[in-house]
Amino acid sequence: MATPLTGFLLVAALLFAVGLAGALTRRNAILVLIGIELMLNSANLNLIAFWRYGPHPEALTGMMFAIFSIAVAAAEAAVGLGLVIQIYRHAKTTDLDLMNRMKG
Amino acid sequence: MTFAFWLFAVLTLAGGLAAVLLKNTVHCALALTVAFAGLALLFLDLDAQFAGFAQILVYIGAVAILVVFAILLTRGSETPQEGVFSHNWFAGLAIAAAVFAVLAWAVLASAHVLPHEAAMPTVTVAQIGQALIGRYVLPLEIVALLLTAAMIGAVIVAMDEKERAK
Repeated sequence: MATPLTGFLLVAALLFAVGLAGALTRRNAILVLIGIELMLNSANLNLIAFWRYGPHPEALTGMMFAIFSIAVAAAEAAVGLGLVIQIYRHAKTTDLDLMNRMKG
Repeated sequence: MTFAFWLFAVLTLAGGLAAVLLKNTVHCALALTVAFAGLALLFLDLDAQFAGFAQILVYIGAVAILVVFAILLTRGSETPQEGVFSHNWFAGLAIAAAVFAVLAWAVLASAHVLPHEAAMPTVTVAQIGQALIGRYVLPLEIVALLLTAAMIGAVIVAMDEKERAK
């Protein structure tokens, strides 16, 4: 195990930037959710990396944080995709550039 | 930097980039699965076996399938003529690049205080289970409640409005 913590943190930062770019630039609502999932996953990588290199890995703090974060992200994906399906049924599109009115 | 780390990092980042850049939405979902698998391998590389296998089960097993279902239900696999990127894509790209620059600067500036080596933690699944029903029992119950509420909420949100009126 010779990889320094910096390597994992840089990979997580790059993945976060990729997810942010996807969430900000894609037109399809599902692709925006994919970008958000990538950002959440890169945060998990940070949590696990800090747990592994931290002074007290036997306390399991970072690991627990990551496991709960995975559960919350799964709930977020379910509700988000349900919302996208309902919006598609209502507006017949998932293109976010065309969703520019609040009136139902 | 071990060879395994480079392999997993390149796999994860290539999957993430493909998920964001590809034109066909179904291909994006499959690339997302590759990124999730790469992250699970990185977790295993970090000696977090439980989190790695939870990642495989939850993300590759559930979230990726859910995304594919949503794409097929919304006919998102048809590539729009006006392009897949928003009209203000340049601002989004600039914001993402700025965020990465700040994060990378923070990580590299503090590289000399970050630990380079750590003893391999000896954590068994039994210890994780005992921590979950001991010290972390309240968060576990809250997550259970959240998942139930999210499941019911997702069903209600995605339900057809005509059926709801009945």
